[in-house]
Amino acid sequence: MTNGWVDIKNTDMMLIMGGNPAENHPCGFKWAIEAKRNRNATIISVDPRFTRTSAVADQFCQIRAGTDIAFLGGVIKYAIENNRIAHEYLVNFTNAAFVVKGDFQLPGDMDGVFSGFNAEKHSYDRATWNYSGTGGKSLPNPTGMSTGQNQGSSPPLPPLPENVDYDLTLQNPSCVFQLLKKHYSRYTPELIERITGIPKEKFLKAADTFTSVRKDGDMKKVATIIYAVGWTHHSFGTQIIRTAAMLQLLLGNVGRAGGGVNALRGHSNIQGATDMAGLYDTLPGYLKVPTPADANFDAWMTRVTPTSSKPQPWQSFNYYSNTSKFVVSFMKALYGDAATKQNGWAFDYLPKVDRDYSWTHLWDDMYHGNVKGMLSFGMNGVAIGPDSNKNIDALKKAEWLVVGEIYPDETSEFWKSPKVIADGDMKQIQTTVYRLPCAGFAEKDGSFTNSARWLLWKNAAVPLAGDARLDQGIVAQIFLKVRELYQKEGGKFPDPILNLTWNYSDKMNPPLLEVLKEMNGKALGDLEDPTTKQQIKAGQQLPGFAWLKDDGTTSCGIWIYSGAFTEAGNQTARRDPSDPSNMGVHPNWGWSWPANRRVLYNRASCDVNGKPWDASRRQVWWNEDTKKWVGNDVPDFKPDSAPKDHMGPFIMNPEGVGRIFGPLAAFADGPFPEFYEPIESPIDNLLHPAVSKNPVVTKFKDADDKFGTPQEGFTVVCTTFRLTEHYHYWTKNNPMNVQLVPEPFIEMAAEMADEMGIRGGEHVKITSARGNYIAKAMVTKRIKSMLIDGKKTYQIGIPFHWGYRGISEDEGRTSLKLVNQLTHTATDPNAHTPEFKGFLVKVEKV
Amino acid sequence: METTRRDFLKVAAVGGAAAAVFGFDVRPAYAQLSQLKIARATETRSTCPYCAVGCGTIIYTIGDKAKNVTAQVVHVEGDPDHPTNRGTLCPKGSSLAQDILNDRRLLKPQVRRPGGTQWEDISWDDALNEIAAKIKKTRDDSFIEKDANGKTVNRTEAISWIGGCTDTNEFNYLVVKAMRALGVVHLENQARV
Amino acid sequence: MSQETMRVQKISAHAGTVPGEGTQREYTVSKLIDTTTCIGCKACEVACMEWNDLPFGETFFDNTYQTMPETRWNYWNLILFNEHEKEDGSLMWLMRKNQCMHCADPGCLAACPSDGAIIQYTNGIVDFQQEKCIGCGYCITGCPFNIPKFNPETKRVYKCTLCADRVGEGLEPACIKACPTGCLHFGSKEDMKELAEKRTTQLREHYNFPNAGVYDPAGVGGTGVMYILHDATQPELYGGLPKDPHIPLAVRLWKGPIKWLGNLAMVGGIIGLFIHYLRFGPKDKEDEQIREEIAAAQEKEVKAREENRAAVRAEVNQEGGEPSKGGHPR
Repeated sequence: MTNGWVDIKNTDMMLIMGGNPAENHPCGFKWAIEAKRNRNATIISVDPRFTRTSAVADQFCQIRAGTDIAFLGGVIKYAIENNRIAHEYLVNFTNAAFVVKGDFQLPGDMDGVFSGFNAEKHSYDRATWNYSGTGGKSLPNPTGMSTGQNQGSSPPLPPLPENVDYDLTLQNPSCVFQLLKKHYSRYTPELIERITGIPKEKFLKAADTFTSVRKDGDMKKVATIIYAVGWTHHSFGTQIIRTAAMLQLLLGNVGRAGGGVNALRGHSNIQGATDMAGLYDTLPGYLKVPTPADANFDAWMTRVTPTSSKPQPWQSFNYYSNTSKFVVSFMKALYGDAATKQNGWAFDYLPKVDRDYSWTHLWDDMYHGNVKGMLSFGMNGVAIGPDSNKNIDALKKAEWLVVGEIYPDETSEFWKSPKVIADGDMKQIQTTVYRLPCAGFAEKDGSFTNSARWLLWKNAAVPLAGDARLDQGIVAQIFLKVRELYQKEGGKFPDPILNLTWNYSDKMNPPLLEVLKEMNGKALGDLEDPTTKQQIKAGQQLPGFAWLKDDGTTSCGIWIYSGAFTEAGNQTARRDPSDPSNMGVHPNWGWSWPANRRVLYNRASCDVNGKPWDASRRQVWWNEDTKKWVGNDVPDFKPDSAPKDHMGPFIMNPEGVGRIFGPLAAFADGPFPEFYEPIESPIDNLLHPAVSKNPVVTKFKDADDKFGTPQEGFTVVCTTFRLTEHYHYWTKNNPMNVQLVPEPFIEMAAEMADEMGIRGGEHVKITSARGNYIAKAMVTKRIKSMLIDGKKTYQIGIPFHWGYRGISEDEGRTSLKLVNQLTHTATDPNAHTPEFKGFLVKVEKV
Repeated sequence: METTRRDFLKVAAVGGAAAAVFGFDVRPAYAQLSQLKIARATETRSTCPYCAVGCGTIIYTIGDKAKNVTAQVVHVEGDPDHPTNRGTLCPKGSSLAQDILNDRRLLKPQVRRPGGTQWEDISWDDALNEIAAKIKKTRDDSFIEKDANGKTVNRTEAISWIGGCTDTNEFNYLVVKAMRALGVVHLENQARV
Repeated sequence: MSQETMRVQKISAHAGTVPGEGTQREYTVSKLIDTTTCIGCKACEVACMEWNDLPFGETFFDNTYQTMPETRWNYWNLILFNEHEKEDGSLMWLMRKNQCMHCADPGCLAACPSDGAIIQYTNGIVDFQQEKCIGCGYCITGCPFNIPKFNPETKRVYKCTLCADRVGEGLEPACIKACPTGCLHFGSKEDMKELAEKRTTQLREHYNFPNAGVYDPAGVGGTGVMYILHDATQPELYGGLPKDPHIPLAVRLWKGPIKWLGNLAMVGGIIGLFIHYLRFGPKDKEDEQIREEIAAAQEKEVKAREENRAAVRAEVNQEGGEPSKGGHPR
């Protein structure tokens, strides 16, 4: 979230789309209700089903799953054409005025692709996706790390120009604003109706309501956009979210209390896991991993450290220019004295990555026998899918699997899954499976980072159950045993294993407070701030990431968490609930990254002169007397940069401004989002039938990777969802939650059920090209038939909380199926998230 | 209409007052309540393990942390001080006591051997020793020092880690340390999916 | 262990006046349920189960999100879900938390023939004292909201206590505390009425619900649990909330003027029989048949499940793995 849970109470308008927070984040959703109760705020709910969120919304649009870009693109068009844009914000705080290179072309002029498309390689040469201008750093290895599936094979890219051409009147036909206007001029209400199934009048009412906060350009009101995995689970998920972000920039809603683009993360520490880079393509704090092409540490830093790119008179803080400080401090945290300037801070110890190792590739590699062993902790990979059958087939080929869990799960028991029993090959499966009992949440301490980026410490309340061990103990014990083996026997490149720091008072069970201290970082030598003369002695905890150095005198496990455990102690355990500004900031409750800022980009809550857009919702402002940015929140800005210097508020971008146009390597599939159909869709793309799907998405071609078409009878659009009564694949072990919703079901329209002669409670079989699922029908008025390009189309929704181990499962109340036996493995080329939503199925009465 | 219940009560009330004046039945009636089950329980502040709202919870356990007591959960409720949830909890958070005290919990290490059709018990030591040996062998067998172009890559593609959504930041950090040191690149997490 | 801490103002079947009644002004408690902000999440259901240690029961898929058709002796708080199509074709998904209404003039208390089995505290809570309950079920007849439920094993009747044990210790009821959206409010009746008035005004003026209003039916003297409804002219839409609930006439006769005759057991018995007839008397044939069919089907399902459970356990035991019991661990 750019903002936070409590901050939602400050909003005037909510577009809730690709998420169902009433269902999935009930306690956070209270702040949406508070906005309604106290500010007469409006909720617009756009969803394939009428959900619990829709039940308390003021407007509801039933959308065909996966057509969100068409909808949002239409809202952008509406806002531009009806002067509902934040002109001053747009010109000064976004790249709307930047001029784009003349040879860049839009998909409207290119039959559905942007300029630079290579049809053979399913990838783009993105050289034309650049600003017009002069200067810029030439890179030794400009391709760098792949962010898309196919980027490794892309030709080298030119740099961003140092001085960008611009037109503050926004009239230049090649400026970002004019390109944006042209691009979305094709997204007419009539077309949107044919694509999304939302009647034109309903769409126009929603667009009018949402953009009404910027009526005649007045800046007082604020709108927020709230989403969740309903947007990420698509083969163009990143681009849906980008469309929302662009719309929010256009309306001047980013950085403001009650505004922003707010991802509601699904799990208690999924934000922390992302920050901590439990992912192949980043290092902690969103640092880019090294590639084989980076000859040494310096080459790596040169490639990943951006230089500013902006109109010449403007300033850009370009905070990522400090990248080497973050990286060197990270390497010092990992390798201590073994990381020296001479050995490039142990550069060789880091594994180099130049291809896609993400989730679906991992399972595909195991399926092909290349991944021999898997460690799975608190992660039910078979159930989570996609294409659970493929994951089971993959595990059959693994040599060993280690599962750390608190309940029996589908992954640890893949070898006796109904699929294996049906295949009859249990005894042929050679996989050794270890199942280790881990600690429940109440048995361990540690910090979680919530969706609002707040780190909050929790305490252990009860002792470990049975013979269970602490998770960190299990990992420590495994690692130390491996290290011992390398010490005794030697082996391949043992250096990083032998030199990894592990200086905890209890090595076999590292106390998590000590780990948090290491993550925060400390001084390795005496430090002094040149301006304030403040000193930090060697060994002391750092107050924040501003102190990090790239000369080896600081260590820090994750730079964005620097400040979480300072000399003042554990900041994540702070429990002062006060909120002096009454704006939901709560500055002394826990600690939020970065630097305890609660709303990101908050400089944009002021006009160019540093005065809040709305005096009743003041966050930060420029104090002319002290020549400082001050306020109710920590300014997300250079604290002494005067407004007249025109430094951009988006300090993490080299431009200093918000990106309506995403230049060069920012995205694999286009600098503007274009609507593409889901990989399985009932119709061809009405914008450009020849390029119907996201053209850079590639598909696996294994026996388990099948895709269905309407011609084969797969005509019903299927989406998966969660229930508020259950949590993922966890509460199927909790008798209370099982009592609330004891059985799986399938939601379908009453009209569809009538046509098929299905009554509520009767069993229905859902079949996709990958597998099938059987459950009782929930016949409801909450889903209606839709006219998609004039043709009657049905959608169904399936909650995914059941599998083959659980209370109801063990009682024989389910078909022992996983919803993810239906889903496919095509992914978003930017985030590599699979398309769990909006695939095609057949529906039969059993 | 007839005398309403309310009117009747007014009469009764007067009667009651009169009775009190005349010196009998002066003690007001009280009824018994069951005792507050959390009255003296120990409160531990925690965070709900489910969604990313991160609600503050109070875990009530029996006993006052005296040396001879092993804590047991009696109740879980929302933390009213927490700015986000202000004491509220959803149906999942409200049922956390059933998660803490649950007879489906895994309580001992188990192993399924190649070709096996059932779980077997295994000691922690044996399990961890076997796992460490397998990790080392797989790593040594698969380690790539240089790629086809002769560039140093120092990675193994044969070991994978998939991490969960309820692991703490500190645990995740230890995992990142250990896995990166081993050269693991198939490092993924619920955060992806 | 028990403690007698809460003052009583009404006692079922009690001869004479309630000691100390009306001698002191005390705080009152009441709930305000804003159905327009209810998301049907069932946190209140779980909080109620958890706080009151109610034993789990079987539930069945019934083509709805609703946990069960109606409250049970061990399920006092149930959200009712109703899909309602408006004239303009738009849909409303109405959710209403159903529980004891804690009437000012409680039909259950009026109907109860056992001295002290049902009491009303001075703060307004209507509470059952199970150890004095004789299991006659008259309170069930007396309730216009179909709330009290009979436990055939203990032969006692149970319902929401408004968490009298919590309230007595200065805490709010468990459901109130849990409610994520704050659609549940708790305070004095006056304060809740004021809050309700504000909210309904807002609903009428800003949210296009011209008939928004408060449900606080006069027929039972007003209720300790009030609702804010999008359309107060149609309470029936919300899972059959009665438009004008009254204590049944028979109960009125029993506890009205006749009471002046004193607690004559015989009269009580006769009137009791009359109430019994009212409650169980000539049954709607078709209704009964459907109910029996459902009961038979559910019984069959429970039996099949038990067999299956036994089979699973046998399989697990043979495996030597962990037993799979489910159910309440307490």
